[in-house]
Amino acid sequence: MPHIAVEEHLPGITGLLEYRKDTAQPIRELTQILLRGQSTLTEGERELIATVTSNGNQCRFCTAAHTAAADIFLDENKTSSCVKTDIESAPVSEKMKALLVIADKVRESGKSVKPEHIARAKAAGATDLEIHDTVLISALFCLYNRYVDGLATALPDNPTFFGYLAERLKNHGYMRLPQGYDHLKK
Amino acid sequence: MAHIDLNNDLPGIRGPMAYRPETAEPLNALAEILLRDDNNTLTRGERELIGTYVSYLNDCFFCQNVHGALAGHYLQCDISQIDAIKDDFRSAELSPKMKALLSIAASVQKGGKHVTAEQIEAARAQGATDVEIHDTVLIAASFCMFNRYVDGLGTWAPPDRQFYVDRAPRRAEEGYQSSV
Repeated sequence: MPHIAVEEHLPGITGLLEYRKDTAQPIRELTQILLRGQSTLTEGERELIATVTSNGNQCRFCTAAHTAAADIFLDENKTSSCVKTDIESAPVSEKMKALLVIADKVRESGKSVKPEHIARAKAAGATDLEIHDTVLISALFCLYNRYVDGLATALPDNPTFFGYLAERLKNHGYMRLPQGYDHLKK
Repeated sequence: MAHIDLNNDLPGIRGPMAYRPETAEPLNALAEILLRDDNNTLTRGERELIGTYVSYLNDCFFCQNVHGALAGHYLQCDISQIDAIKDDFRSAELSPKMKALLSIAASVQKGGKHVTAEQIEAARAQGATDVEIHDTVLIAASFCMFNRYVDGLGTWAPPDRQFYVDRAPRRAEEGYQSSV
């Protein structure tokens, strides 16, 4: 049971973002810029970064949500599964491997990122901005994962939830729906 | 030297914030509402103390000094008193409610799953409200982001701790929206 009273029809982060809409607004804006804004990384690649960090933090809700989002953008579910098991053997570019390793180091601690991790990414063609965004995406999911699990939010009862959520994240992004979420009540 | 070329010499989080103003805006807005908004039953000093303690646990020199100096400014105590709280908040002169909230913040720093129902009950027993518990968790989680942003990009920080103390009154007055 969640540590605080959130709406029952809104599991995981979705209930927290409705619980305190004023703190939710900048969190949503930051996520929208990083994961959906203009970037030389594709939306699928950025969702993979979110997936790797959430998986490393063992946050079940966020891992399932961003795995589903990555799968929709990539139009397959093998890559997301592979990066969660072993980045080095995953079917992604050398640049993405280097960025995913940086994301995983950031998850451990900012101080775990060493010059050699950065050098590898740059040698594989990563730009400064791509490295910046990788670090900030991973750091942002360290926030999300702790927020979701620190308040013991619920997982959805219905396993189809994440498919619908991923559709919503693809079609509408991360900003609050203008009509809110009452239509999701059973 | 930072891991990437930030095109500026600003210290700590200000470097990457100036490098990417688009993401700096919501980052500052989040800090402003969590740490400085007056519509909150936790004082600014108490909220800065939560940020300071989490930054200390994450070993982020820049953040623990910026926010430690701000906490000192609001709570009217000096660096050595803030250091004593970081070292052992349970023995410090803090309310039982703040001690319970700092214990929750410390668990969040380790990982969300480390927060126990007993810790939440203990905070409630000392009078903490749901919103205060929510804000404590979100402040701690936010500093787990800020600290990683600062150290993950290898930013530099002024080594003289007095630098942060001297700047705190102005930062307290101007807030976070103007920090770039």
